[in-house]
Amino acid sequence: MSFPWAEQYTPKHPAMQWIDEKLPLPRLVYNAVGAGYPVPRNLNYFWNFGVLAGLALMIQIVTGVIMAMHYGANTLVAFGTVEQTMRDVNAGWLMRYAHANGASFFFIVVYLHIFRGLYFGSYKAPREMVWLLGLVIFLLMMATAFMGYVLPWGQMSYWGAKVITGLFGAIPVVGEPIQTWLLGGFAPGNASLNRFFSLHFLLPFVIAAVVILHIWALHIPGSSNPTGVEVKGPQDTVPFHPYYTAKDGFGAGVFLILFAVLLFYAPNYLGHPDNYIEANPLSTPAHIVPEWYFWPFYAILRAFTVDFFFIPAKLLGVLAMFASILLLFFLPWLDTSPVRSGSYRPTFKKFFWILIIDVLILGYCGGAPAAEPYVMISQVAAAYYFAHFLIILPLISRFEKPLPLPNSITEAVLANHGRTDGETVAVPAE
Amino acid sequence: MAIVEHVESEGAAVSSGGGADGVRRRDFINIAAVSFAGVGAVAVVVPLVDQMNPSADVLALASTEVDISSIQPGQAIKTTFRSQPLFVRHLTDKEIAEADKVDPSTLRDPQTLAERTVDGKKQWLITMGVCTHLGCVPLGAGEGENRGEYGGYFCPCHGSSYDTAARIRKGPAPKNLEVPKFSFTSDTAILVG
Repeated sequence: MSFPWAEQYTPKHPAMQWIDEKLPLPRLVYNAVGAGYPVPRNLNYFWNFGVLAGLALMIQIVTGVIMAMHYGANTLVAFGTVEQTMRDVNAGWLMRYAHANGASFFFIVVYLHIFRGLYFGSYKAPREMVWLLGLVIFLLMMATAFMGYVLPWGQMSYWGAKVITGLFGAIPVVGEPIQTWLLGGFAPGNASLNRFFSLHFLLPFVIAAVVILHIWALHIPGSSNPTGVEVKGPQDTVPFHPYYTAKDGFGAGVFLILFAVLLFYAPNYLGHPDNYIEANPLSTPAHIVPEWYFWPFYAILRAFTVDFFFIPAKLLGVLAMFASILLLFFLPWLDTSPVRSGSYRPTFKKFFWILIIDVLILGYCGGAPAAEPYVMISQVAAAYYFAHFLIILPLISRFEKPLPLPNSITEAVLANHGRTDGETVAVPAE
Repeated sequence: MAIVEHVESEGAAVSSGGGADGVRRRDFINIAAVSFAGVGAVAVVVPLVDQMNPSADVLALASTEVDISSIQPGQAIKTTFRSQPLFVRHLTDKEIAEADKVDPSTLRDPQTLAERTVDGKKQWLITMGVCTHLGCVPLGAGEGENRGEYGGYFCPCHGSSYDTAARIRKGPAPKNLEVPKFSFTSDTAILVG
């Protein structure tokens, strides 16, 4: 692990030496996120989002554990205890708004983190495992977010739970028993609420564990970088601390400012007013939509309106929605181009941006009512999404002529600064 | 480490001593022990999974008795069955005629009104109030609610229209409104479930 020129941990204080002999935890931290981890010197701000996602996870765990202290997981009182947290508990409003908006910010930074990985080819060898573990985290996040949204037991909570568990009901033969099993009843009820609370509490810690694996897997080859050229020697890297702790610290400051703006000035902007009405199994809200971060997948779900052979449209939609995420697990083997970074792949770059626009269109349609023209647009956009990964990407990898790569990270960095005489220039960052 | 070496040397001794087929007694014991533990583990998983199924108190509410004596022709009531909405509708003669007029083979989910009701009590249409598209509650059971263009039920979520036999006629829903298992306990009461 790591590069041979990584700085060594040498505890000076006798107490630290004593700890290091017994339990080398400070050494582990030093080698993971300290000066002992050499990182490419040319990382741009897109490389901040991993650390920011970790920060968002910590915000969610802290505010979530506090929320749990004031919450009653029972359909009779759940809605009331959330409102009581908002009105009566000291700083309860802050905890709840931070938790609800924190989920949105978690998804924002994770989507940007995935965007970074897609553009710069971070999923390619030797970092496939990092990518796969990242997708596992993403799936766990979606499950956690969904279950968390049910807990306030408002109208959107109830009907969201009903629609989402109803997806499993679309599976032939075993679908309905699975749905009943998931809910612990025939419709969302007390049993559902209790198990969702239990799992919503558990899963963030599972996510934290997978994050550790994700970082571990990352540190075997080391971080990728905007050129996609691997590290060749000590001149290509700087120690994580203080260089990237400082850069990530700045990023965290920007993140927290934006978070505070939403939290204090528009805390309900991303929520649905219907969720301030207590769950009522006998009355459906006119327009059931999930939270914004599920919209692209929701659009794919609803894009299927006609049966295909013997498969009903509803099941097709469910299969397509799950496939749209599972497809990403195969990405490292669908994109066979040896060039990682999109910056050196002219054709890939164009189609990459089309894909991003496509996903944004899907997101817009997923939040819109299920009527024309949105259904038709989602059908085209969903088809393109699959075509991008299954047809376009493998073809590009095959026929594209990439731009010449720099010989090393250092060469690319110095060229960027208009200095071609790399030999005479000292390492600028130091 | 010492134990492993001991096992290996002992195993080698046994196999060289007897096993012509290369299978040691130690191999058999390993497989038997792991299999036994595996069966035990699976047996423990069963209650861990099964506890998530509906509990006895939920199942105890799995059947509902409904008094239908006060529902006039043309009226409907909304009640609950298995904590989901249940529509009990007293069809008028005109609504029955409209439902019977339709050729079932032209429908998305072909069924006749007779197949969806009890013999001799065709006027009592009992269905779940759960749209078969994504599970919303359709309108039409309450007084003055929109019954859609086929005079049955109308789902406001995605515009599915059901006819007077609660069969899907228009919109995204794939199936007719579900008819639960029910029976008449008397002329004025039904037992659902």
